[in-house]
Amino acid sequence: MSAIRQIIVKEIRDGLRNRWIAALIVVLAGLALVLALLGAAPGGEVKASALSVTVVSLASLSVYLLPLIALMLSYDAIVGEAERGTLLLLLSYPVARWQVALGKFLGHLAILTLAILIGYGGAGVVVALLGGVDAEGWHALAALCASSVLLGAVFIAIGICISVVVEEHSKAAGLALTLWLVLVVLYDLGLLGALLLDSNQSLSSGLFTALLLANPTDAFRVFNLTLVEGVREAGGLAGLGAQTVPHPALPLGLLALWTATALGAATALFIRKEI
Amino acid sequence: MSKLIETCHLTKRYGDKLVLRDVGLSLGAGHCLALLGHNGAGKTTLMKLLLGLTAPSDGEVRLLGQDPRTASGAEARRAVGYLPENVAFEGAMTGRELLRFYAGLKAVSHARCDQLLEEVGLAGAARLKVRTYSKGMRQRLGLAQALLGAPRLLFLDEPTNGLDPPLRRHFYQAIAALTAEGTSAVVSSHVLSEIEARADVVAILRAGTLVAFGALDDLRQASGLPLRLRLTVTPESVGEIAEAVGGGFALQKVEGGTMDFTCGTADKMAVVRRLAKLNGVVRDLDIQPPRLEDIYAHFAAEEGMP
Repeated sequence: MSAIRQIIVKEIRDGLRNRWIAALIVVLAGLALVLALLGAAPGGEVKASALSVTVVSLASLSVYLLPLIALMLSYDAIVGEAERGTLLLLLSYPVARWQVALGKFLGHLAILTLAILIGYGGAGVVVALLGGVDAEGWHALAALCASSVLLGAVFIAIGICISVVVEEHSKAAGLALTLWLVLVVLYDLGLLGALLLDSNQSLSSGLFTALLLANPTDAFRVFNLTLVEGVREAGGLAGLGAQTVPHPALPLGLLALWTATALGAATALFIRKEI
Repeated sequence: MSKLIETCHLTKRYGDKLVLRDVGLSLGAGHCLALLGHNGAGKTTLMKLLLGLTAPSDGEVRLLGQDPRTASGAEARRAVGYLPENVAFEGAMTGRELLRFYAGLKAVSHARCDQLLEEVGLAGAARLKVRTYSKGMRQRLGLAQALLGAPRLLFLDEPTNGLDPPLRRHFYQAIAALTAEGTSAVVSSHVLSEIEARADVVAILRAGTLVAFGALDDLRQASGLPLRLRLTVTPESVGEIAEAVGGGFALQKVEGGTMDFTCGTADKMAVVRRLAKLNGVVRDLDIQPPRLEDIYAHFAAEEGMP
């Protein structure tokens, strides 16, 4: 276990030294703060607390930014070290390859969790100071933070998988960006297009939900926009949520499954990789 | 189980390319093995296979009695130090941070790290980022990490690359001290003259095949390469001596009062006896066995090449 701890600590240190990562984390915290200030403005006709409104905004922000930060943390985890020549030395130590993969995963996740807690926690505190908080709002914020960490875990695991498969650092970057574009942007456009074209409603609501949950970013969205009553109203999904999503544990479980699968695949491929 | 490393019919292919073919060697405790071969002969691949960094295509590898690709093999690496060729480090960390990171992986104390930094002459640069290190300093840091945790076996790939002569000497002294205590070292180097005095076992790879393996003295015999004799004589006795020494000798060169001969290893004593009978005219005698360089050239020469 001590070897894994060593690797985790080193990854956290390396990640915090990386200026791109630091910049993205500052952007995340800054945007969260702006959304908090906007959300705390008088809510008009919506029967939701300011914090619930903020949570909806933060969830939309998370969907775009968290996968990007996660992939940037992890896309060159293995291939980067292989190219710099440090992987050879690391693996000559009494460390198993699964320990290297898991250590890097946990280190990156720790950085991302810290960023989420600072950014979203800060936003929550700002809203609280402005007086727009109820118990339900806190509940929603906690759920958002927890699911954000899970969403980040999915993309860190995917990033590590990419970093094992690809032979060059630049290809890993390209693949990571492509994957981000597909899962975060194009997939939803595709679903939307399918709904629009589906004039005779052959696409059943069950199938649509399944397609939605199959994408980790959408599973995250579904979880956050339907979980809490106040959020559901603020998100304008009041009618949809109750019917289509049976239980909030389902999207969370799917995110965990994605993480485990991607990390398992990354480890298995890494163990077989020629160094 | 006294062998620290053992390979049997070890073969490695990368795709269609055969990198190592049917290599069988072993090394006990307290030896220094010189691993020689041209670039691309398979030296680094052999080290990687022994460390479990890559899997054999065929044959077997044992590191301290364990299959290096298994969990027990990983555990065995706790007693193994490795200095890769052109060692690379994370540039953003300081020398001390890096050494402590590697020490943590082997559960070695911070105090020992500082001691090692002192030993390799990096104590003054310990707080500098490795990015700012010169090639020689990086190599020294590489040595320091290889020596972490009292290794029983060291793999050193071109270890003196980038080291200046005093540090080279210091380095080989450190290796000699370790082998005296029972640690073994596998050293690959291009500087044969340097490694000759230190290695007692030699393995020569040619295009992936182990063409020679054994104690240095045995390889001298096996090579059948001649000894060189240099006599210092009075100039007027050159002709007399050339006649007297006779068979077994081949006169190579006469220059003033020095005569260079070659002779077969087996004839050495006969030759010395004959010379002893020539009262007084031989002022000095220098016998040089075939050098490692000659032995290497003998075994490693490609077919059809000189």
